[in-house]
Amino acid sequence: MPHDHHDHDHEGMSPSGHPYRPDQDAPLTRFQKMEIAVRELLVEKGVATEAEIADQVARMDARTPARGAAVIARAWTDPAFKARLLEDGSAACTEMGAPVDALRLIVVENTPEVHNVIVCTLCSCYPRNLLGLPPDWYKQRAYRSRTVIEPRKVLSEFGLDLPEDVTVQVHDSTADMRYLVLPMRPEGTEGMDEAALAALVSRDAMIGVAVPKV
Amino acid sequence: MVYRVGEAVRLKRMAPPGHVRTPWYLRGRTGIIERDLGESHDPEALAYGWADIPRRRLYRVRFTMAEVWGDRAERPEDRLDAEIFDHWLEPADAA
Repeated sequence: MPHDHHDHDHEGMSPSGHPYRPDQDAPLTRFQKMEIAVRELLVEKGVATEAEIADQVARMDARTPARGAAVIARAWTDPAFKARLLEDGSAACTEMGAPVDALRLIVVENTPEVHNVIVCTLCSCYPRNLLGLPPDWYKQRAYRSRTVIEPRKVLSEFGLDLPEDVTVQVHDSTADMRYLVLPMRPEGTEGMDEAALAALVSRDAMIGVAVPKV
Repeated sequence: MVYRVGEAVRLKRMAPPGHVRTPWYLRGRTGIIERDLGESHDPEALAYGWADIPRRRLYRVRFTMAEVWGDRAERPEDRLDAEIFDHWLEPADAA
């Protein structure tokens, strides 16, 4: 009987029988206080308004991996665009209405011989304009340190077992560049249009910890 | 000094304080210039807002896992690329 709770202590449970979750009642950290102080000063001194700050947060939240997937699908269907993308990633993305801002984008192509994977060992550099905010694991020390030491084991834990004859090429984003993996177009997608192809391209495939599947 | 694509370079084994963009695990290792990314302001100085910020040439340097990890390499032929500023590089045959 799944809801037979007679032997259990109901203290700390909601009326529906689920545990209460604590709210953020802990004191503010130093960096939370600094963020609030800087934000209030920017408003007080007329540098930015609250509405402008909220708009900027909304703009940042609106960036999702769909942008990156659209770029990949275009590269799969338009060889001239793919050539431009590999030559100058920033210019090709600007052409598609997804500028990379001040940073430069390097697109690395997976082939039957080479599989690429992106990491930032120093912090969490990530092509946010194309993929949105990075996943938590991308920022954690386990992924950041292990990907340069034992990339095959890490990929295997993501469910990606590479053949022994494929070379793994790790890219550590240590400075001003941002990286995007151009995965191989899966077999069996010959008749698909750009929108259908884009739906196959996951965030993880563009980081290099997965490959697109039909 | 300017390095050519394909040239062998060694990362200096130094440990300056501050906002350093050269990973510790690559210092002292030898790689090949993969591409020249041109000049930009040195982030090690930019981070502190100094008045006189030097321009540095940025390269992508390619290493083998054998070079980086030695006998511990998961697969010695796998590769790793990182972006390194020129003041961290010296020719691989430098004494």
